[in-house]
Amino acid sequence: MTVANAPVLVSGVAQAEPGRHPIGEPAGPAKRSPAGLAKYLGLAPFAVYVVIFLAIPTVLAIVTGFFTEDGSFTFANIAGLFDPLVLATFASSFWVSAITAVVGSVVGALVCYALLGTRAGGALRSFIDSASSVLAQFGGVMLAFAFIAAIGSQSLVTLWLKDTLGVDIYADGVWLYQPAGLLVVYTYFQVPLMIITFLPALEGLKTQWAEANATLGGTRFTYWTRIAFPVLAPSFFGSLLLLFANAFSSYATAAALVSQGSPIVPLQIRAALVSETVLGRENMAGALALGMVVVMVVVMWGYSVLQARTSRWQK
Amino acid sequence: MFRKRTIAGIAIFAAAAITLSACASDTATPAAGDVDAATATSAEDFGGLDALVEAAQAEGQLNVIALPDNWANYGEIKAAFEKKYDITVNSADPDISSAEEIAAADNLKGQDTAPDVFDLGTAVALASTDYFAPYQVANWAEIPADNKESDGLWVNDYTGSMSIGYNSNEVPEPESLDDLLGDDYKGAVALNGDPTQAGAAFAAVGLATVQQGGTLDDFQDGIDFFSELNKAGNFIPVNATPATIASGETKVVFDWSYNNLAQTSVVDGWKVTTLPGAAYTSFYNQAISADAPHPAAARLWQEFVFSADAQNMFITGGAYPVTLAAMNEAGTTDEDAIAAIGNLDGDIVTPTAEQSEAASALLAEKWAAAIG
Repeated sequence: MTVANAPVLVSGVAQAEPGRHPIGEPAGPAKRSPAGLAKYLGLAPFAVYVVIFLAIPTVLAIVTGFFTEDGSFTFANIAGLFDPLVLATFASSFWVSAITAVVGSVVGALVCYALLGTRAGGALRSFIDSASSVLAQFGGVMLAFAFIAAIGSQSLVTLWLKDTLGVDIYADGVWLYQPAGLLVVYTYFQVPLMIITFLPALEGLKTQWAEANATLGGTRFTYWTRIAFPVLAPSFFGSLLLLFANAFSSYATAAALVSQGSPIVPLQIRAALVSETVLGRENMAGALALGMVVVMVVVMWGYSVLQARTSRWQK
Repeated sequence: MFRKRTIAGIAIFAAAAITLSACASDTATPAAGDVDAATATSAEDFGGLDALVEAAQAEGQLNVIALPDNWANYGEIKAAFEKKYDITVNSADPDISSAEEIAAADNLKGQDTAPDVFDLGTAVALASTDYFAPYQVANWAEIPADNKESDGLWVNDYTGSMSIGYNSNEVPEPESLDDLLGDDYKGAVALNGDPTQAGAAFAAVGLATVQQGGTLDDFQDGIDFFSELNKAGNFIPVNATPATIASGETKVVFDWSYNNLAQTSVVDGWKVTTLPGAAYTSFYNQAISADAPHPAAARLWQEFVFSADAQNMFITGGAYPVTLAAMNEAGTTDEDAIAAIGNLDGDIVTPTAEQSEAASALLAEKWAAAIG
């Protein structure tokens, strides 16, 4: 869930003063080049880190998709992406991500709106803000286990519902370990992620705008439809895309929860790599990874475009 | 966005990485004494078993991989090896799949943590013979010809029978597959893994196939059974583990007899049954890594695994060892242990390599939809 780090940077920008970077000022061509060099030197540790731990592994993984096990070049794995089964997996990954992103962003936005009613910097708002920062990162085996312990078939809540209320949530079969279960579990970390991404944007709504609206004879309704919504829309849809990417790239939670059928793409990659019954598909994993990268690039490109529009209003 | 400097940096880094890894592979363990343990194909090459023991003890360590303590009694077997030869057994990643064992051998090649020996499902063993060193144990002749590669690249070590474990406190004993479709087994029936990934689950579908009157040529009957089980709401798509059995989450589990039997002493009410009719078995395979960092210890482990002592420990763990017939003849079988698990009899089926391959392809195509 590396993408979840992005909003922290964004919210930092939102709160910062719009002051300009001193190096960015035109200072004459003679002085530019040493400053430029220093800039790149400063960037070097991060760049090296990204190249070693992100760029090289990504390229290596994807390149394997273009080779057979014997090392000869092939398009067979890429063609394998269009196998109906693999397409169905991409579709189900898409739906799991889309549904949890929409639910997460709508619920999260409502929570943010409610939080606007609390005092800025007050105990409640900072508590929910910091709790959300933690919960947005709560994933993987721990989260899966928490849900198994809470609503698994022999769990606390399930048995209590059955014994005291007579409600059997698994009357039609145990759905927790299927994509339906992923919807519930993913939503759990999507809502807090939405809160930490979207709250700064809502807080950026200036009271002066509301006052200007009132002065000009606007109603509360026109304030929301003509001012707040257009200003917030890029941020909202940007966050929606971020949530989508977050769910789409999640592996550990699903891996700990779903053991049959590999219904989403990250689990297909696992199956291709570790299967002891269906052999010789290791390189297919590279092709599947390429498919995921393509989807992620499109989504994150959309995110950055929307984010650029958002920051225009936050200055 | 890549500038020349960055590219030069990458080139330097890559060159350094290659140099470093080249250094690593140069430091392969030297042969003990004047024997090259890595190419020895029998204890004779060392000058007898005692010399092999000495060479192995000089190495002092053995790296095993994917051997869970509660799987076919491997916990006791590893401990017995350590005690008998005073060699430390390093047990890595007990819960990984056979395919991951080979991946680990690849990734750790040249390092002293690489696996020395493998215990593999048949499909992976047949596809990975390049990774194995041939070796013939002292009692090579006791292993039936069908159960070994002729040079000793791989050798069958033990098999289980596909069985049904059930919690007798919660559900009645299933007497046929169709029983499992009834209301008594709501959300109760689990597999040990996904059949497109795990050998034990694959075997469960195979058992269902033959129990439904099909043959191993076509696993469709078995897939249909699990599809029906899922539609009835009786299939629980969670990996059966000792933990899910203990918690009651998986009340009925298709698994190898040795895995199910291991739970009878741990979980109150856990019982094991095999259905009347065809029994499904499948041997696991023992092999020595060609790149073993401890080549002599690896060969000594192989000798130990096929000795009567260790083969009897497999029986105690609920598995049927490959030298069982020879042991029965020699009178070295642990009679109490074999009485406890019962002899393997009836119509025994094991898929051939071709049948396994066809079934894998069919499962890859149909399984997800069948239980979706």
